[in-house]
Amino acid sequence: MSSHRLEIKDLTVAYNRVPAVHHVSMEMQCGHCVALLGPNGAGKTTFFKALVGLLPLESGSVSFHGHSIRGTSSELVYLPQRSHQDSDFPITVQGVVELGRYLKLGLWKHFSEHDAAVVDEVMQTLQISDLADRQISALSGGQQQRAFLGRALAQEAHVFLLDEPFTGLDKGAQENLRETLRKITARGNLVIASHHDLKTVPDLFDQVILLNGELIAYGETKEVFTEENIQRTYQTEVFSGVPHHQHRHHHES
Amino acid sequence: MTWLLEPFRLEFMQRALIGCVLIGFTNGFLSAYIVMRRLALMADALSHSLLPGLAIGVILFGLTPVSLFFGALAAALFVTLGAELISRSSRVKEDTSLGILYTVAFSLGIVLLSFSKVRVELHHYLFGNILGISNTDLWTIYWISLVTLIVLVAMQRPLLVMLFEPSIAATQGVRVSILNYLVLTLLVFSMISSVQAVGVILALGLLTAPAATVYLFSNSFTKMFWGGGVIGMIGSCIGLFLSYWLNLPSGACIVLVLGGIFCLAFLFSPKYGVLPRIFRKRHLHEQSLARWENRTGLHKQDEHGDDSHNH
Repeated sequence: MSSHRLEIKDLTVAYNRVPAVHHVSMEMQCGHCVALLGPNGAGKTTFFKALVGLLPLESGSVSFHGHSIRGTSSELVYLPQRSHQDSDFPITVQGVVELGRYLKLGLWKHFSEHDAAVVDEVMQTLQISDLADRQISALSGGQQQRAFLGRALAQEAHVFLLDEPFTGLDKGAQENLRETLRKITARGNLVIASHHDLKTVPDLFDQVILLNGELIAYGETKEVFTEENIQRTYQTEVFSGVPHHQHRHHHES
Repeated sequence: MTWLLEPFRLEFMQRALIGCVLIGFTNGFLSAYIVMRRLALMADALSHSLLPGLAIGVILFGLTPVSLFFGALAAALFVTLGAELISRSSRVKEDTSLGILYTVAFSLGIVLLSFSKVRVELHHYLFGNILGISNTDLWTIYWISLVTLIVLVAMQRPLLVMLFEPSIAATQGVRVSILNYLVLTLLVFSMISSVQAVGVILALGLLTAPAATVYLFSNSFTKMFWGGGVIGMIGSCIGLFLSYWLNLPSGACIVLVLGGIFCLAFLFSPKYGVLPRIFRKRHLHEQSLARWENRTGLHKQDEHGDDSHNH
């Protein structure tokens, strides 16, 4: 399974030449549920956006399955913390999941019985079959999240980038989402989720990324999620381009 | 039935009816996009800015469909791009710059038309005159409708993904800005075709009311497209009939009919209408009410004649 991995080499992302995430390199195997940890402003969202091509890379490269990813790719899906879409949009839960198939099918290919079966199967896996005909504003936060995860699953994406998925969920919904993510990773997908509640990390994730502008550590939760690493992550000052601290080296683009 | 068919012995009425079917359906189909992208102001600006374009076309090249067409297209481009330029290069926001530019363009159109030596009925451009439609006009309308519908149907999937969540669509390789410009171009084209029927001022009615009506009934975007088309078409035809029987201006009748249909939906739609919502029983689930009462012991009070809890 050596090709089943997400490879990030020397990734640097900057806003107006001020790097928000710099020189991150790592290699991640599929089938894991990974926490992305770091203080506010550590560049977690920036990291995600760069991976899916919403922000230009100052330097570095991303590849999946050994293929380099430039710009957008249907292998990687990013789910923002709160989607900006209009909750009155005329679409049902089933419609949202079907969107995933549309992206897969492109303009012309017929929506076949196989596609319908995939949609059904995804809704069953995520336990949203009962809600299939609900309009999306008539869902709880957790249910809405599962509907969006369903779209990504239906699209047969491999890497799921989730921005604070556990925020705002109560105990039951959190449990439910944990199960859902387990199912997704058991299918051989890679889930990376930014997270801020350190207490729940060992319970929810089997690997962690510690990020603070630069990569502090990445690895198995048991090995990397140590007191010392956490201290380093949350106490280093975030580099924000203050004038007396000049960023001298050059980035190749 | 003969009273229904009688007006269509007249050749100009036949042409008007075909025009209404084509224009009503195409504009109604497009209206789903306008409603969901909240482009009503933009569409209004575009339709008003057609006027100076029409005027310049008439003055420079005379009153031919081609000159009208290119004049209108140029003016629409000028106003939209100009508004974007102003909003990007100053602190004035886009809706304001759009508002300024299109009213200026519209005024310019009125002034130009009053100076022009070619006798043009300003009135017809402002409020439409579908009875005066010619065979050439019909062909223009036909081709515009055909192209618009084919492109919109072909692009339905990426359009839906984009309208739902533009930023997500962008991460999945949907070319959001190209798609936006494509639909704006189609919008200008179909406005040019509807100037004949309803005029530049009333064009917005055809481009919003049909899909907004379906929006109050349905949770399917596909239905908004097709349903909008059907409502636009039927509304335009009924409007045409009314204007013939009552001897009233056609454009106004069409928009009044569409507005009437929208009002009915607004009031009576079972799902999202106002009246069903007001008169719906407060407690949808009798069981849940009963359980709540049992737990709190409120049912005992009710037996003593206090029914203020029973809405």
